[in-house]
This record gives sequence, structure tokens and C-alpha cells, in this order.
Amino acid sequence: MTINKQLSAALSGLAFLIAASASHSQVLFWSTQAKPVEEAQAMRDQVLSGADVAVDYQPNDGGPWLTRLQAELAAGSGSIGVLGALHGDFAAMDTRDLVDLDDLGLEAKSATFNQLARLGTQKMQYIPWMQASYIMAANRKALEHLPSGADINALSYDQLIEWAANVMQATGGAKFGFPAGPKGLKHRFFQGYLYPSYTDGVVRTFASDKAVMAWEKFRELWAVTNPASTGYSFLQEQLLSEEVWIAFDHTSRLANAFNERPNDFVAFPAPAGPEGRGFMPVLAGVAIPRTASDMAAAKKVVAYMLDPETQVKTLRATNFFPVVDVNLPSDLPPAVQAAGDAVAIMSASEDANPGLLPAGLGNKGGDFNRVFVDAFERIVLNGQDIRAVLDDQKKVLSAIMEETGAPCWAPDAPSEGACPVE
Amino acid sequence: MRPHLLPWLLILPVTVFLGVFFLAPFVMVAKQAFVVDGVFSLGHFAQVASHWKFPIALKNTLLLALAVVPVQLALALLMATLVTKMRKGRDLVLYIWTIPLGISDLAAGIIWLAIFEQSGFLNSMLVALGLGETPSVLLSYQSPGMVFLAIALAEIWRATAIMLVILVAGIGLIPKEYHEAASVFGASPWQRFLRVTLPLLRPSLQTALVLRVILAFEVFAVVVALGGSLFPVLMSETYAYQFELLDSGGAAAIALVILGISVAFTLVILRILRVPKGAQA
Amino acid sequence: MSGDMRLASRYLYGATIALLTIWVLVPLGLLLINTLSSPEAVNAFPKRFWPEFDLGSLRFFAGFDGMIDALFNSIWVAGLTMVLSILIGAPAGYALSRFDFPGKETFRLLVLLTRAFPLPLLALPMAIAFIRLGIDDTIFGLGLVHTMLALPFAVLITFSLFSGIPIELEEAAWTLGCTRFGAFCRVVLPLILPGITASAIFAFVISWNEVFAAAVLTIENRTLTAFLLQNLDTSPLHLKFAGGFILVVPALVFIFAVRKYLFAMWGIANR
Repeated sequence: MTINKQLSAALSGLAFLIAASASHSQVLFWSTQAKPVEEAQAMRDQVLSGADVAVDYQPNDGGPWLTRLQAELAAGSGSIGVLGALHGDFAAMDTRDLVDLDDLGLEAKSATFNQLARLGTQKMQYIPWMQASYIMAANRKALEHLPSGADINALSYDQLIEWAANVMQATGGAKFGFPAGPKGLKHRFFQGYLYPSYTDGVVRTFASDKAVMAWEKFRELWAVTNPASTGYSFLQEQLLSEEVWIAFDHTSRLANAFNERPNDFVAFPAPAGPEGRGFMPVLAGVAIPRTASDMAAAKKVVAYMLDPETQVKTLRATNFFPVVDVNLPSDLPPAVQAAGDAVAIMSASEDANPGLLPAGLGNKGGDFNRVFVDAFERIVLNGQDIRAVLDDQKKVLSAIMEETGAPCWAPDAPSEGACPVE
Repeated sequence: MRPHLLPWLLILPVTVFLGVFFLAPFVMVAKQAFVVDGVFSLGHFAQVASHWKFPIALKNTLLLALAVVPVQLALALLMATLVTKMRKGRDLVLYIWTIPLGISDLAAGIIWLAIFEQSGFLNSMLVALGLGETPSVLLSYQSPGMVFLAIALAEIWRATAIMLVILVAGIGLIPKEYHEAASVFGASPWQRFLRVTLPLLRPSLQTALVLRVILAFEVFAVVVALGGSLFPVLMSETYAYQFELLDSGGAAAIALVILGISVAFTLVILRILRVPKGAQA
Repeated sequence: MSGDMRLASRYLYGATIALLTIWVLVPLGLLLINTLSSPEAVNAFPKRFWPEFDLGSLRFFAGFDGMIDALFNSIWVAGLTMVLSILIGAPAGYALSRFDFPGKETFRLLVLLTRAFPLPLLALPMAIAFIRLGIDDTIFGLGLVHTMLALPFAVLITFSLFSGIPIELEEAAWTLGCTRFGAFCRVVLPLILPGITASAIFAFVISWNEVFAAAVLTIENRTLTAFLLQNLDTSPLHLKFAGGFILVVPALVFIFAVRKYLFAMWGIANR
């Protein structure tokens, strides 16, 4: 090669390296949901391939997701067209950074979801996109150890503890699994399941005597829980490896177990306590950041996501359920059927005590979760005194509520002004 | 060219590059740690340090580094000495020993969890050998020692190669005559290692140790994979403040603590392993 | 030394090498076994210690959109990182080892500091600046960030190796009429090839394995690591292992390709 040729080759290589990506003909869908590699692939191949704009679906960990988004907002321009994330992620954002979406005329079937999606403003800041919940799942081998007289579709916490104890006695190992790992959703269990079931509240009753009882119960449950749970974040793995026979987790984090071995597992509602059967939804939404370069195309994508047909495709791809009215086909994947049935029984049960997602906490959502996680780690893992820990954490919780002024949400009784910790 | 300008000229590119790509963003981030509501304050540090997890995370980080780095140093020295003495297959052995270098910490976490989890390879082996009927839970809050050991082993496996490569390159520069001369005077291999190899290797030792120690204080992915929520370290707290609590002031404060510890240890190592004047001429 | 003892020490020597080799290889072997196993086998207990050569997991990734592009992006970024970090870093390493100048220690500390501060926090201001400058989502931009990460390695490794070369060698060349630059090229450069190689290996693997900045700073030009690795932890077990394996292979090929330069000048240094 002559020097000239080498030089021009080098230069063209450099040009290639520096060249910013060509015009953004695709809408970048920047999401924290449907992260697992095959779900992401299914989102691209089966869901978004049908949109009439080209969509580049990129799921990310929370860290990079947030960093990129903050950078684009700060720089005032960027490549993100559509955001996909949980209600909590949007709630933490400044609503001025999200485009009002009322003009799309899109909404969820549930008025509650639509209210949440306004994020305290008058207009839709995101559009509810898909929903899920937390349920229980068990290996069929565990069923023979159910306490006598217990109905798996109407378990109490006491029965669950007894059941897990029976299994432990029979197998020699603790086989209840709980998502207490670093990425596990343990805080949602306390906020949406344990507290409503035992105290009929979350914030008001945080440090009540009933709450002390709830934590005592949880300690009992923990005694028959696989101690490796502090490393569990996706219980489908431990169900499949049979480290765990009975598990609590997010429906989409149990899905692989049902899809891979549909005949080996059953799904059923969360247990009930003295104050009913507490449970909580998971709500994901789609939004458009103010920096989106092609607003029209981004809106098209949002509208496409709410189309009933897309919603069914999304259900197949991600195990998240539709938020609009759809006709569910009969050939859904096993995980969807199992989870769908369990959620339906849970919501229709007589003692149902549904909780709402925390609202009005703004960017203190993480601190709110940490109150519960800290209480768990101190009470259960470090064995500290329950009353002392709750009194201590109560101060933190009060400060968060006062700072944000967030009013109470169900099952707490409504409040005027900030929800008080009693 | 005037000779006394030469060193400045040589370090100019690094200085400019790091000034632009490290110092500028660093100053912006670090500033956040010292500002509360627009005024200078040490509030973030106080708040971060008063959280009950902070002392635990600090202790874990330091203990892990103190347990892991010396072992890695000894192992890397052993490997480097062994490999330089080989006559056949040196390339291959060295290659195998450097393999973990190519494995990211996230991937290493996945691999080692597959070994230590309850249904993992270690338990499979124990059961197959008849050393237990049911697989026991190895990584649990009831056995913090085991959790620590697992994390330490994984870190030793993953990151010893960093030191090895630096030391091997350094050992290669030690002239053979020194060893020969030492042999002539009747020095045993151990004495030769102690009196000849180690002192002459000092610059490389220093580099290897400093880089390794700094990275050890930022340990994260392997710890999260194996320790779950049982083994908080400073880096995991930084992540929690930045991405869960959305408290960039708090995150910056912990990051500065990491930085401070790293600087302190670096200064100590640089002092202990001073490169003698002679070698610099 | 008696014959017996020599034999014993020879055995000890061999056994130590064998043991260390096994220690390094076993976890890697387990990764391979899980990569080549069906999902059922990966989840089963007790685990098999021999792969069943099920290629399902690898095949899944073969059908993954954009893998090849991402692979090439990764190689470009890593290559750029390698070149930049050595070109910028080695002169500083030489200066540190050969000259005394005020602020030398501070300079060395500053270089080290770049590795002592968590990158995920730096990523935000960097991303803002990159977007404004228009080098966001480019291989060049990410290469700059990775160069920053690799520079301390390049500076310090070259420093320590230059320090190991007696200045007398250079001085001898000067007295024979070489210029400083000429002496450097003829005498020093060949000697530090192993050091350059070590720096290159570090630059390559640092860039190759870096996830966070890559995930934030590249969108359409994703690197393989950003594309795969950050989503592996939430993926089913068998895909975790296969994905991890796929990421490891190119790095291993690279180290294999350059490994002999680590020893290249062995003969010269050990005349």
C-alpha cells in the first residue's frame, strides 16, 4: 500500500468513527421493562415490528436508563423518543420533562390507573401501558404438604407458615422462597401485602401494634424460608432448580417456571391476614420526554402500544397484562394463564383488600421503599427489636411524608394534607 | 529542544486528556457532595455516614480488600516466578493464567454463583462424593463467613491476572546476570527471589499493587451476585443513592469516601515501595 | 542438592503449575458446560460435570438482531482505546521514569484518581457534554471514555517498565552518537514491547467489558457488552451462561493473539 492509500484509508476509518449516527429514522423506545434477552427480542420481533413507524426497542438497567434520560433532558436534545417504565420511575421525574399526552385521547380501563398517570397534574403525563401483580407459585410436590383443611386459593398467612414448615420437615430444607435479593421486590411485599393484610394500612399504621404483630408473623415465615433468599431476585430460577417449592414474586418474574414446565407448578393468590387479603398492582406506562426529536412519530408509537391487538402481543412477549379491554385468545402461554387465574381469584376473593401504588411521593419513592427494606434488614436479618426499629424508622417515614405532602392512599384512610404516621 | 522542557511535553497529552475527560466531570459531580440547597455544607456526608448500613459497608469493603489483595499479590508473584522458569509451554500456561482478565466482573459473578448457589456445582460435587445427602445452603445470612469466603475466592480468581501480567512484564526486564551472580555467591533460590527479584521488581510491584487496591475498593458486581443483600459495600451504597434514592449528593459523598480511601492507601503503598533513586538515574 | 531432592522439587514445581492451571480453568469449564447444556440440565440438581452439547442457548443468540454490528462496534471501540491509551500514556510513563520534575508525585496521583472514582457517577456530565458536542452515540466518543479508564494502566505500566531499564543503556547509545529519540527507538522501545503489550491487553479488556458508559453513551452503535451483558442478570439461567460465554470468547482470542509479545524480548533482556 502506498502512503497515500494508507492515509486515505486511515482518514475514512476516522470519519467512520466520528460520524454521528445517521438521521434518527427510528424511534428509540428506552425502557426499563421487558429486559430479559428473550423478552426484549420478542418485543422487537413480535410487538414492535407491527408498528407503522420503525422502533428501536432498548431495555436497560435502571442506572443507565436514568442517566441517559437525565443527560438528554439536561442537554436539551436527544435520541429517546418513547420512555417505558414503572409508575414509580415516572413519579420520580419532574412532570415538566414529560409531554402532556391528553391530546392522544388514550387511557386505561381503570380510572385509578389514569389518575395515577396524571402524577398529580391535570393532564396525563404517561399513558398506562401494561399491568401485573405479585402472586404465589408452588411446585406441585409441595401440595401434599398443605395443612389439612387449607384451600390453596384462600390461604391465610398462618396456613402458609404451617405449610412451609410441613415442607421443611418433610424435605429437610426450607423451601419457601422470598425475593430479598438486591434486585428483589421485597419492599412491595411489605407495602402491598403484609401491611394491608395485618394493619389495613401502610403509612398511618407503619409503627402500630398491629404492625409489630405483622413483623412477628413475618419472622415466623422467615424461619421456614430458604435462607439463601437474600440472594433471590427472580424466583422463577429457584422454582426451576427446586431450591424453592413455594414462592412469592412478581408475575413476570415467575413466568419462566410456568412456561418451561407448565405441569409442575401452580399459581395461587397471596395469603390473607386478620385485615384481609392485601395485594398490589404493578403498573408500567409509556411517556414521551420533552426532548423527543420526532414528536409525531413518538406519539404514534404510544398509540400503537395501547392498541388492543398490540396489548395482547405485549402480554405474550412480556407476561404483563393489558390495561385496556381486549379479547384474550385461548392459546396464551402457560405463565399468562396461570398468573391471570391467580390474580382473578385474588381480586374476586371476599376478603380482598387491594392496596394502591404509592402516589405523590415524587422523587422520594426510593427513600419510601428504603424505609421498608431497612426495617426488614434490621428486624429480620439482624434480629433487632421490632418496636424499637419501627419507632426509629417511623421518624424517617414521617419526614418523607411531610416533605412530599403526599396524601394517604388505599388501604390507608384518606387524609387532609400529608399522610400522617400514627 | 531544551531538555528541561521535555518531561513537561511528554506528560502534556495525558494531562490535557484527563483534565477534559476526568477532571471536568469529576469536579461537577464532586461539587454536589458539598452543596445542600445551594450552600456549602457537609450535610451529605453527615447524612450518608449516619445511615446504619454505612459502617457495615465501609468495614466490608476494607476487610475484603485486606483479605483479597495480599493473597492476590502472593499468588501473582508465585505465578510470575513459576512461569519465567518454564522452558516448555510457557506461552500456553501464561495464557491460561491470564484468561480471567478477559472476563468481566458481571460474568464472573454469574460463574461463581453457579458454583456456590444451593443447587450449584459445589453442592453437586459434595452430594456426588457422598459428603451430604441434601444440598446445604452455602450463601445465607446464617453463614457470613462462607459468604465472605465465596466473594473473596471469586475476586481472587477474577482479578489476580491483572497483577500477574504487570509482574510478568516486569520480571522479564531483570537481567539474568544478577541471578547468575547471586548463584555464584551461593544464594539459594529463595534468597535470590528475596534479594534480587523482589527489589528489582519494585516498580512493577508498586504499579500492580496500587492499581489492584484501587480497583478492590470499587468491587461491586461479584459482591452483589454472591452476597446478595447480605454484604453491602461502598460501591453498592453509591449505586443505591444515585439510582434508587435519586440522591446524587449522597452518591457523590460516598464516592468521595471511596476516593479518599484509595488515595490514602495509594500514598502508603507508594511510600513503602519507593522506587530507589538509582533505578531512575 | 541430592538427586532425590531435585526430583522432589521438580515434582512440586510441576504440581504447583498444574494446580494453579486447574484453579483458573475449572470455573471457566463450568461456564462452558452450562453454555452447552439444555435449559433443563442447567436448572437440574445435581449438576452434570460434562456438557451434553446442546446448542440451543447459543443458537438463540445467533438469531439475535444486531449481534454482529454490536460485535464490530465493540472491536472498534476497544481498538481505538488501545491505540489512544498507549499513544497518550506511554510518553508520560517515560517522563515519570526518566525525569525529576516538580509536581511529579501529584501528577501520578491524579492519573490514579481517574480509577478511584466510580464511573457511573461521571457518566451523567459526560453524556450531557457528549450530546452537546455531537459525539454522543459514536464509537469515537465511547473510545475516549474508555481511554480515560485505560490510561492509568498505560501510564503506570510503562512507567514501571521504563524504570526497570537502566538509563545506562540509553546513555551508552547517546555516547555512540544516537540522539535521545534515536536511542529511545533503538534501545528502549524493543525492551518495553512486553509492557506495551500488557497495556494493550488491559486497554482492550477494559473497553471490552465496560458496560455502564457504553449503555449510556451508545444507542444505535451499541457495543456487544452493552447490548448483552447488562440484561443478562434478569434473563433465564441458560441464556445467562451462554451470553456470558459469548462475551468472553473475543477477549480470549485477543489475549491469545498478543500473548507471545509479553515474552517477546525475553532473550534480549536476558542476554
